[in-house]
Order: sequence, then C-alpha cells, then structure tokens
Amino acid sequence: MATINPELLREDSKAGFEHPLKLVKRRTKRTVSDWVILAVAIVIGVLIAAPFFIILINSFKSPTDYASSGPLSLPRALYFDGLTGFWNRVNFPEKLWNSFFISGTVAILAVVISVFNAFAIGIGRVKGRTWIVILFLVANTLPQEALLYPLYYMFKQVGLYDNVWSVIIIFTVVQSAFGTYLLSSVYGTFPKEVLEAASLDGASRWQILWRVIVPISRPTLSVILIFFFIWTWNEFLIPLTFLVSNANQTVPVAIASLQGDRLMDVTTTSASALLGLIPTLVFFLIFQRTLTRGITAGAVK
Amino acid sequence: MVSVSAATRSRVKRSDDFALLPSTGKSSGSFWLYLIPGFVLFTVVILVPLLWNIYLSFTEWRGIRPPVWIGFENWIELFHDTKFWTSFGNSIAMIIAMVVVPTLLGLLLAAMLFDLIGKKFGGRIASFLRATYYLPQILPVAIAAIVIGWILRPENGALNTVLKGVGLGFLQHNWLGSPDTALLSIMFVMVWVQLGYPVVIFMAALQRVDPELYEAAELDGANWFQRFRWITASIIRPEIFVVTLTSTIAALKVFGPIYTLTRGGPGTSTIVPSYYSYSEFFQNQQVGYGATIATALTIVIVLLTIGFIKAQNRAERAESDR
Repeated sequence: MATINPELLREDSKAGFEHPLKLVKRRTKRTVSDWVILAVAIVIGVLIAAPFFIILINSFKSPTDYASSGPLSLPRALYFDGLTGFWNRVNFPEKLWNSFFISGTVAILAVVISVFNAFAIGIGRVKGRTWIVILFLVANTLPQEALLYPLYYMFKQVGLYDNVWSVIIIFTVVQSAFGTYLLSSVYGTFPKEVLEAASLDGASRWQILWRVIVPISRPTLSVILIFFFIWTWNEFLIPLTFLVSNANQTVPVAIASLQGDRLMDVTTTSASALLGLIPTLVFFLIFQRTLTRGITAGAVK
Repeated sequence: MVSVSAATRSRVKRSDDFALLPSTGKSSGSFWLYLIPGFVLFTVVILVPLLWNIYLSFTEWRGIRPPVWIGFENWIELFHDTKFWTSFGNSIAMIIAMVVVPTLLGLLLAAMLFDLIGKKFGGRIASFLRATYYLPQILPVAIAAIVIGWILRPENGALNTVLKGVGLGFLQHNWLGSPDTALLSIMFVMVWVQLGYPVVIFMAALQRVDPELYEAAELDGANWFQRFRWITASIIRPEIFVVTLTSTIAALKVFGPIYTLTRGGPGTSTIVPSYYSYSEFFQNQQVGYGATIATALTIVIVLLTIGFIKAQNRAERAESDR
C-alpha cells in the first residue's frame, strides 16, 4: 500500500523492529491494571495474527480433514495437494517471475529517473523547482482510475497492451514522482564542500553525479529502491487492467482472479492465500530494518 | 507531504537560488537536461491521460468510434445518480474503517505500548507487539482481502464453523453476501489492514516526547488522560496530520478488496467510486461516464490534500507564533 511514508531517511531512527525501544529505566511496581493492559495488548496482537495462523494451518489440510475437524484444529496429516495443485494450476513460478521482473525493473528505472530529477531540483536548484516538486507530489496522490482509460487506450494503440512493459512504464513514472519529491529534499542539503572539491578537480556535472553524489547517497537510494520494489509488487488495479493473459499476470492478480472458481475447494483456496502472502512476508523479514527506518523516519521534520 | 511548506518557505531565501554546484568551464550542459527524461515520461503517463480523462467526462464514448461531445450531460447525470452517492457514502465508511478507527485506536495502542508496556515490561515486548500489529500492512491489499474473505466464506467458512461449534450457530451468516453485513465485513478487513500503520508512526513520534514534561505534569496533578491530551497529542500532532491525510487518500482509492470480495455487491451495498468507474469503463463500456466518476474522485482528493496542507501550515504557524 502506498500509505507508507519513507520521508527523511537521513535521520537515523532508532525504532527498528528488532531493536527494543530505548527507554528510561525506572523501577516501578507493576500494578494489577498494568497486567490487564498488557493482556489487552496481547489479545489484540493475537486477534491480528490469527488470520495468518488460520490460513497457515488450513493450507496443509485435506478438504475432508477440514470438513470433519473444522478450521481451528491442526492438520491430522500434512496434505500438500492443495498447495501443489494451485501452484501448478496458476504456474506459480511464472507469476513469481513476472512480479519479480516488473517490480525489479520498475525499482531500478524509477530510482534512476528520481536521481536525475532530484539532481536538477535539489542540487541544480532550477527555477520554479517548488512548483515542479508540487507537481510530482500531486501526481502521487491522483487516483489511478483518473489515468486508467486513456492509458489503456494509448497502450492498445502502440501494441503494448497485455505486455509487462506497459505496467513497467506506468509504475516507473508513478514511483519516480514520489522519489523525486523525496530525493530532492535530501539532495537539497548535500554538503556543498564535497561538490566544490570535485568541481575544482575538473569533474563535469555528469561525472560528479555518478562518481560523487550517487555513491554518497547510496544508503538512501537503496531504501527507496526497496520501497519501490515492494509497492510495485503489491499493486493491483493497473496490472489487473493491463495484463489480461495468464502468462503475463502478477502474483496478486493471478490469485485474485481465481477466487470463487468452482474448481477451488476450501483448502486449496486457503493455500492460494498462503502463496500470495509468503513473498511479502519474506521481503518483510529480509528488509525489516530498512523498512522500519523508512516507515518511522516519520514524515515530519 | 509536510515538506511542501518547507519547500515554499525556502523560496523566500534568495541565496537558495544558486546551484549547490558551481558552473565550471567543463560543464556538461544545463541542469534542465537532467529533467528531460522525467518530464517526457511524466507528460505521457500522467499529464496527457489526466487531461484526456477530464475531456472524456464531457463526452459519450463506447471505446470504439470517436467520442461525441455532450457537454455537461454526464456531470448532471452524476449529480442525480443515486448509485454514485451510495458509492461516496461507502467511501465515508472506508474513511471510518481506515482513518477514524485506526488513528484513534492507534493513538491509544501506541501510548499503551510506549508508556506502559515498554516502561514496565520492557521494550522487547513492546517492539514485538508493534511488529505483530504491523503484519497485515505488508500484504498486497488484494491478498489481505482474500485472507479475511476465506475466513468469512458462507458455507464451511472458518467463522461460521466456529460459531456453530461453540453453540452460536444461529449467528451464522453469509457475511460478504448479504447487504446488511457486506459493508461491515469490508470495513473489518480494512481496519485489520490499516491498524499497524498509525501504531508504528505514533510510536516513533512518541520518542520525541521529553519524559520530564510528564513528570512535571504528574507533579502538578494531571491525570493520564490530561497528560495524553495536552502533552502527547500536541507534540505528535504533525504525525497525526500525516497519518490522517495519507490514510484518507488511501480510503478514497480502495479498489482491490472490493474487486476481490464483492464486486460492489450485493446490489450496490459495497460499491465505491473507484470500482464504479472501473465497471463503467470495462463492463458497461460507458467510458465517458466512467471518466466523470474518476474525475469527480480526483477533484475530491486534490481538494482534500490542499485543505489538509493548508490546515497543517496554519497549525504550524500558530505553534511558532506562540
């Protein structure tokens, strides 16, 4: 979802998930009401995690096991037919590859475009830059429906409809609009001395961009890259509209389009949800720290 | 969002108008050259489609023969279209589920985790609970909807089976398939998805609050709620603004869960503007009318964004004048 706000990545936030909060240690007595509040917080956590757990256990059950022992019991025997059945039916490796290829290409291209734009706006300080930034920012809040049909018509005309490149081009622009906004403010505070020194050494702007600015801002760029990748992976409306044939679909679209299919029994459907959530869970585990830094770096100066 | 104001302010300072990078003899062209790829792509993918879509809202077009100009007919129809107003009403329901409930509950949970659980039971438990609350946020929202949709299945769904198992069989229900509960079920999905976002942001913000302020207030006899209201809420107000704005925009754009779970039904009970315009585009081939709905949605979102940013700037100025 695009509700994450990786602003101000320069500020190092200490609030990584794996790092306990740093708090002033005070020796206070735990009262009964403290325990009650802890219990409430844990119950809410259990309620939020419960759907994941329910999907997990039921994806390994046979439909008969499900019918006889219900959704809350552990599987009597591990049953993989639901998972493998769905895996083969949608040709899951192909969908994974499509999602991976689209998201990866978008992330790289969008970072490159954002760097170019931010170089001109943040470091070049071109005239009217405030308006350019506002323009990109507004573009980011637009509902995709407002662009959908014209884009659909345009891509049909040029023969890119039902081609992963239509989605790649669109999301490169959408993500780089946000990247430009973010990176322009980061580059606006780039240390001037470094740039002057490079320039005295006779480096051209192009060389300074690639040999000085990009390497120094690499940590920020990698955070943005990861966000672009995950946001693109999670997108739904545009891939749904543009990638109609089976062979081009992304993971969320392929899974969503088979819901309600008569051939899907109850545990196969659960398995399909499991396959849909595994990739993002894996990304979350790999990029935990980066993601939290991005989310909590917190939108506020 | 917030830094728009900062950018506007920096315009006032003249010294800012010089490039950080001095021009040298060996310069490789103007900085404007670097904006060309971005501008070209932006024009083709955003600007032209946006203007085209606005133009289409004044036409009748079925997608094949050229569009026919019909002036304001679509717009007049839109204002009398009860389905459209229902869809906006449902957007309000989405705002309740994605903004009001998660923000209020998120404030409470963040304060609980940070103030109480973090201090009395250790930061590790607080961090773990926060990560748990955040879990649904990482899913593609269509997949999140499928997860809850699976639990709410009418026949042999997990919820109905459990209800029956504990002797509450009379409560069994076709949750997503009946007009009385479909919207509530979708709202439930959205609260589940959204709750972790404010919790994470607010907990990060709470680290800015100086504990000494609390101690002083405690000495002055302020109770927990008073401290929360006058210290915490006012210090983390910028985060509250950002969370409210981004979540409101997201709530107005909800599409994936509606598409995967109900397709707007039963009847029009869960229709939202984005799904309505999508179905006009691709199912009814009423492209002009679909474009009108999409344009109306765009106008609402842009006005809301401007309003929010203005309100926030006013609040910031009031703060600095104090």
